[in-house]
Amino acid sequence: MTTNLATDSSVLQRSASMPQRVDAIQSALDERGMHATEGVEELSHLALDEWVPRNGARVVARAWIDPAFRERLLANGRAAVTELGIPMPKHHRHLVVLENTPTVQNVICCTLCSCTAFTVIGLPPDWYKDLEYRARVVRESRTVLKEMGLDLAPEVEIRVWDTTADTRYMVLPAQPPETIGWPEEKLVDIVTRDSMIGVARL
Amino acid sequence: MDGMHDLGGKQGFGPVRYALNAPAFHADWEVRANSLYAYAVRLGIFNMDEYRHAIERMEPRHYLTASYYERSLTSLLTLCVEKGVVPREELERRAQGAIPLATPSAPGRTNVPAREHFKVGDRVRVRSDYVPGHVRMPGYIRGKTGVVVSESPAYPFPDAHAHGVEAQDEPTFDVRFRSEDLWPNSSDAALVHVAVFQSYLERAG
Ligand SMILES: [Fe+3]
Repeated sequence: MTTNLATDSSVLQRSASMPQRVDAIQSALDERGMHATEGVEELSHLALDEWVPRNGARVVARAWIDPAFRERLLANGRAAVTELGIPMPKHHRHLVVLENTPTVQNVICCTLCSCTAFTVIGLPPDWYKDLEYRARVVRESRTVLKEMGLDLAPEVEIRVWDTTADTRYMVLPAQPPETIGWPEEKLVDIVTRDSMIGVARL
Repeated sequence: MDGMHDLGGKQGFGPVRYALNAPAFHADWEVRANSLYAYAVRLGIFNMDEYRHAIERMEPRHYLTASYYERSLTSLLTLCVEKGVVPREELERRAQGAIPLATPSAPGRTNVPAREHFKVGDRVRVRSDYVPGHVRMPGYIRGKTGVVVSESPAYPFPDAHAHGVEAQDEPTFDVRFRSEDLWPNSSDAALVHVAVFQSYLERAG
């Protein structure tokens, strides 16, 4: 006796691969005159070449050497990064800059999806978007930071910032004392994306 | 919705797979998926709240096993089908295979009536609302009390904006909670800040 397990033909249909799904929507939009291929080219260039951590590094280095800029940055982050020619998307209406000190460590996350100030600090890395970081960093901050290589002294207060609206955050890392007096260009080179997320100190 | 995406404070996850200078992308299709959803937003096919909500509406097993860019792509494809831009059959024919989409949306809601304006230093409580549609209140702050530390400019109200419901823009308040209040006797000591829409808050005594 034969049993017909697959009465619905879709059960047997294999899933399309990710590149096939991307090709499908891109070609469908192109065919409708929506110029998706040009749009992809332009936005991919921005994502890969323009929205890079070096933007944020320039902001940090300037804040270290220019106290008036630092003050403007802490008062209105969006206006201050615009001074340096760094764009923010229209829907990011506010940039809050969080200053680390020897006794305060700020760290940013997005528990609901994976939001960042990506035009300033660069698109987020894998681990920032992973389930583990999103679930744990709000509840087990000190443990998670330690696992990631940042073993904070007990007197350091941890301040976690969950990006649940379209306001964006970036961490202003503390300047390493041995770099005081360095030229701005050399300071830009030592600022990492992870220090602006707040999971590393410099 | 109390969906699988609402991960803050969930227990049982292992170590963060941390790598120094980890890349944002691993393959060309990821770059294109990211650009295509952003392009669709630019074209006005959908807005960021609709985009986020379509990710949240992914069936939980799919959500948990999909990579970040598969989630982006699923939202893009779901919204293009739901809005009648491209039929699902055409996408699956072009892709030569099945394409899992997100589950249907529940109704949205407009602003809460009689919203209060708060200032820095005010003690506030997060309302115990249970919202079937899109909401940007992480479950771990529901009913909890904290202190306002800053205010942002008004934004579209996500609970409405993700559903095409009319609503006024609302400010968000960065509210500071103590981790001990969020998870008593069950967290590392820290101050946890969450950006909370005005409609989600009431004054605490
Ligand atoms: Fe997010």
